[in-house]
Amino acid sequence: MTTPERWLEKHNRKLLMDRSAPGRIGASHARLDVPESELPDAALLRDNLDMPEVSESEIVRYFSQLSHYNFSIDHNFYPLGSCTMKYNPKINDEMAALPGLSEIHPFQPEETVQGALKLIWHIQEILAEVVGMAGASVSPKAGAESEFAGMLMARAYHLSRGDDKRKKVLIPDSAHGTNPASAVVAGFHVVSLPTNEQGNTDLAALEAAIGDDLAGFMLTQPSTLGIFDTNLSEVIQIVRDAGGILYGDGANLNALLGKVKLGELGFDVVHSNLHKTFTQPHGGGGPGAGAVLVSERLLPYLPEPHVTRAEDEDGERFSLTTPPQSIGRLGPFQGNFGALVRAYAYIRTLGDVGVSQISEDAVINANYILSQLRGTFDLPQDRHCKHEVVFSAKNLKDNFGVSGKDVCKRLIDSGIHPPTMYFPLPDVVEESLLIEPTETESKETLDQFIEVMKLIAKEAEEDPDLLLNAPHNTPNTRLDEALAARRPVLRWSRD
Amino acid sequence: MNYPDDLKYTKEHEWLRIESETTVVVGITEYAADELGDVVFVELPDVGAAVSAMGVFGEIESVKAVSELYSPVDGTVVERNEELDDTPELVNDLAYGDGWMIKIELSDPSQLDGLMSAADYQQFLATL
Repeated sequence: MTTPERWLEKHNRKLLMDRSAPGRIGASHARLDVPESELPDAALLRDNLDMPEVSESEIVRYFSQLSHYNFSIDHNFYPLGSCTMKYNPKINDEMAALPGLSEIHPFQPEETVQGALKLIWHIQEILAEVVGMAGASVSPKAGAESEFAGMLMARAYHLSRGDDKRKKVLIPDSAHGTNPASAVVAGFHVVSLPTNEQGNTDLAALEAAIGDDLAGFMLTQPSTLGIFDTNLSEVIQIVRDAGGILYGDGANLNALLGKVKLGELGFDVVHSNLHKTFTQPHGGGGPGAGAVLVSERLLPYLPEPHVTRAEDEDGERFSLTTPPQSIGRLGPFQGNFGALVRAYAYIRTLGDVGVSQISEDAVINANYILSQLRGTFDLPQDRHCKHEVVFSAKNLKDNFGVSGKDVCKRLIDSGIHPPTMYFPLPDVVEESLLIEPTETESKETLDQFIEVMKLIAKEAEEDPDLLLNAPHNTPNTRLDEALAARRPVLRWSRD
Repeated sequence: MNYPDDLKYTKEHEWLRIESETTVVVGITEYAADELGDVVFVELPDVGAAVSAMGVFGEIESVKAVSELYSPVDGTVVERNEELDDTPELVNDLAYGDGWMIKIELSDPSQLDGLMSAADYQQFLATL
């Protein structure tokens, strides 16, 4: 039977077009008291557009209702592994909204935007210092574009020495999926390397794969298994001896801040996902901001524009410049400036001691979850983790027919965002659940999550249907993901 | 799960059916389809494309992940399963039948000798 609330709920979920009433308008205008004139180019106007006809209050309610269906870190815990969904302090938004930073235009003369350029220059300097590299560019719009820029620089470096046979890039199977894609788009041939049982790079496989065609090696550190590769120094030695460029995917930099400088270990290129490590409300694909950091030998190839600082008797000046052998522009203008301001605000409000504490807290939070859920879920690598921990729901699947996905769906009923699932990939860890609590969560929040996960595991044993049919408390219950992917309905139509 | 005796198998979980002395049909095993989960997209090469043993000939996407498809042998693609463009679920439903992927004209029929029998493949699965 239709209850009043179910009936209303269904009504409230009508799309905007289905709420349209002919002739209804959102704003009424005063009577025309000036002579009418022809539109400059009436041919540009189309009269066949199917537009919703709704009042202002209807459209405001429509979008407000939609926003309630949304989930963000401001609502609740969001342990989406490898995405680093940390709380974004509101002061960052306030700084990004300052008129001097938000109301400027990229075509303004340089002398009128010295403050903004100084901010970009300073964040380049800070990031290079934090990661231990010689220089940085913050023009990439996100991590993958940083990878692409880094691999283009690696190629430019090899070619500048007349070494045109280096085409092969090695990437462990525990790497982020964007790594092989970036390398291929930059013109390389990718060979995947297996991870050994401890989750480290398999040194024998690495030795077997190197040669004078080796262009580089892309390593995520810590890896997506949430662990530090204890073969790292051997890996670096082998790759360097073979003449390869060492690429460090810094997507998981949240585990290393103030503790390890990848540049000092021997990495040539490292990228940072500023929107992850240094806060930015992101999700659903953006908005992002990337930094690509390089060693001395790759400095000449940095993308343009690069912000440089000069000083004379009149004081300091900041300019947009083109490095001598630049790989070129990645896109228009100076990167995602608003995101850079937020990252800068996060770093400056924390200071150097605070930045180190990010990683300390992130790592201890992940290890706390590891220690409390050990025994409830399988732990493929039972060793100290870094900022994220991989569990496996294989025990629940084998014993009760409940998959990692079902656990995640049930978690939604508790108002907690599910962890990343099925990544790392099934051939690395089966039924994987990748949990990253970040540094911004209290022990109480972690305890709540741990308790909920334990209760879900208990339900899996006692009443598996609860999980198999979850979620139960959401506007939409279990979706048919296969149907949605096979026959997506992407456009509204009258029928 | 079912592994027909008249097929050959690879460690990458592809099956191969010998149609004639020079042509074979290739698909993925029930084990692979089950591991992948609901298949939502299959990208196959065009007719006339060259494939090589252990080389990637296409991609398969499920609700869980995107994986590569590996050719068991060297040869040329002489037919592709057009049905999979619109009904990729055939891979889940009929892995050895309507879920077939490509037909290959062999360049070296002796490569077939290196492939696994159904019994060998099941033994291999037991080690995973």
